[in-house]
Amino acid sequence: MENNGVKRMRPEEIKVCVLRIEGTNCEEETHRAFAAVGCSPEMVHLNQLTGHGAASARRSLEDYDALAFPGGFSAGDYVRAGAIFAARAKSALGKEIKDFVVAEKPVIGICNGFQILVELGLLPATDGISDVPTAALFTNDSGRFECRPTYLRNESRGKCIFTKKIGRGRTVMFPSAHAEGKLMSADRRFVDRLEDNDQVVFRYVSPDGRSAGYPWNPNGSASDIAGICNPAGNVLGLMPHPERALDAYTAPDWTRRHKKEGDGLAVFRSMVESLSP
Amino acid sequence: MAVAEIRIELKKGVADPEGQNTKKALELLGFEGISSVRSMKFFQVELDLEGDEAVQACEEMCRKLLANPVIQSYSVQLK
Repeated sequence: MENNGVKRMRPEEIKVCVLRIEGTNCEEETHRAFAAVGCSPEMVHLNQLTGHGAASARRSLEDYDALAFPGGFSAGDYVRAGAIFAARAKSALGKEIKDFVVAEKPVIGICNGFQILVELGLLPATDGISDVPTAALFTNDSGRFECRPTYLRNESRGKCIFTKKIGRGRTVMFPSAHAEGKLMSADRRFVDRLEDNDQVVFRYVSPDGRSAGYPWNPNGSASDIAGICNPAGNVLGLMPHPERALDAYTAPDWTRRHKKEGDGLAVFRSMVESLSP
Repeated sequence: MAVAEIRIELKKGVADPEGQNTKKALELLGFEGISSVRSMKFFQVELDLEGDEAVQACEEMCRKLLANPVIQSYSVQLK
């Protein structure tokens, strides 16, 4: 089906490339998240997209409808978190990834995936996709790995395609687990410009939805920002893990909240809805 | 053949939690009078180039992978 020139798809027709390299370790959960909302995800190694390996294993990025950079670690996170994955992806697939983003296909980067999107220059991309990073996800203020449930307020005014099913201003719980999650930029007007463009998607808050600093903000990120999208709204990067919050029973307060499902599912469901309303 | 030493450090004004925590640990061990500890990365690269060409190649490595210009600066020295 065509609608305003955009192809409308059934959920099962949405092919999602869950991209990994050596050391990626959240691809199973990410695959499960997309499968849970009816998509057809596939775990793909970067080498499969660059003509390496057996012919039957080779894939082409343009055959997919959505792209996910899972969390965990990549290539030991040597040099900087996500830097090696980003450098390899850019040298082998730079043009294909850029075309994918420009075509406004959905791209999500979770945790290490967010670090990769920033290193690739795909986020924040306030002035367009950049060759060098224009932001950094730097060592947490605490100087250590911070791992616990975090509360996030949906700040998107409607541009981000991954949060349309989460009401604006609603607070959700996704776990965080990272040592380098402090969003920084050299631009003094960084946060203002993100706000102006509706690029701030999630902020860390206390359980009652207020800005409350550490420990609710685990890393000291500018203006408590946990996730941002590109100006077009089709690329989302966030430090917390929605794919670890799929089931009601994995929430620490499941006996008190009586929810049917985890808060994270809404992120993946929103993406499906954007492609198959 | 050149041996290049590449130093990646945090730009002035960027907080350095690793350096600060290391300073704290050293003080807990009883070292006194430490006014600051800064963390930085150091790579030694051997390459089949000489002089300016080797330096330029290393600077390209910094731009493409080793440094994030938002938070880090780099310097290259041939040994």
